[in-house]
Amino acid sequence: MNETIRELLGKVGGLPVPVAELADDADLYAVGLSSFASVQLMLGLEEAFDIEFPDSLLNRKSFASIAAIEQTLTHILKSKEAA
Amino acid sequence: MDMQVSFLDRLFDAGLLIDTGVDGLYGRSGQFEEVIAAFERLIDRVGGPDDAEAMRFPPGMNRAFFEKSGYMKSFPQLAGTVHSFCGSELDHMSLLKCMEVGEQDWTEGQKATDIVLTPAACYPLYPTVARRGKLPSSGALFDLQSYCFRHEPSKDPARQQLFRMREYVCMGTESHVTDFRQLWMDRGVEMMTSVGLEVTIDIANDPFFGRAGKMLVNNQRDQNLKFELLIPITSTANPTACMSFNYHQDSFGQKWGLNLEDGSVAHTACVGFGLERIALALFHTHGLDVKTWPESVRATLWG
Repeated sequence: MNETIRELLGKVGGLPVPVAELADDADLYAVGLSSFASVQLMLGLEEAFDIEFPDSLLNRKSFASIAAIEQTLTHILKSKEAA
Repeated sequence: MDMQVSFLDRLFDAGLLIDTGVDGLYGRSGQFEEVIAAFERLIDRVGGPDDAEAMRFPPGMNRAFFEKSGYMKSFPQLAGTVHSFCGSELDHMSLLKCMEVGEQDWTEGQKATDIVLTPAACYPLYPTVARRGKLPSSGALFDLQSYCFRHEPSKDPARQQLFRMREYVCMGTESHVTDFRQLWMDRGVEMMTSVGLEVTIDIANDPFFGRAGKMLVNNQRDQNLKFELLIPITSTANPTACMSFNYHQDSFGQKWGLNLEDGSVAHTACVGFGLERIALALFHTHGLDVKTWPESVRATLWG
């Protein structure tokens, strides 16, 4: 999962630094993730993991760091399994 | 009874707005315009001492600047592009035939021009200022007014497709532009109170398109980027935004290359007055005949 997130982030994130250099807990907005790039990242993750982000998770916090994205995805995948 | 239709009908009956057959596209009477002119003079009295640089652009902007602005990413449903006939004499004959028969859409062959209808008064400003080079470290302040277009046909007279927006735009450091925004939030409340309008200020968001837009809405609200000054016009439960106060962080600075003298990227903020909406709020609150408006309101507007 971590790898897929990093790959997508590299593709659509438009960050000025290589994704490989980012720690899992690095603040992506501080590094330069724009609102629009975070939307593209969200759409990319939906496709990659065959999920749909619920409205309640469509916010900055969900995409604040690679670890936060992992946590959000795990939560969505768990509720998908439970459904 | 539908409040919105009834207020629109009353405005038509009083001759203040003139029906064109298209929802949201109206003519204005002399009296309606006089109210807007008087309110703009009030804006000048309040904002004038700040010594903003005034610029007036026509209601169309350079398509290349529009594309670079990213407007289509967020509001494709609202944009209006200008298309023209660019064909040969033969194409002209086919066009006339097509219009005469009326079975096919004659506009299909129209080609996009270099002009897009201005979506907000400040859009042509950023590339213009960027071309000048670095901004002074003390920042810069601009005064704009333009007819703006948004494709959202409606019978609500407060939601017009072509309307005027007066704006002040501030560029500088984060604290400079957020202070500017706070100053105008305070001034806005004072100004509206001085003309007898009941106002509230609330956190707001732009009408971003689609599901991706939901995320942009949440981001905008989480970060307190947009506030609106609301006045009841067609509904007390859902008052209408008559002013907006927007902090863009450094997003326009980054996009357009707006830099301060020390090389840092400029932050920007803008405050916008919806001139038709303010006039409608005045007519709704004080009546359709300006001669019967409270003396204090008339004195503020006309001295």
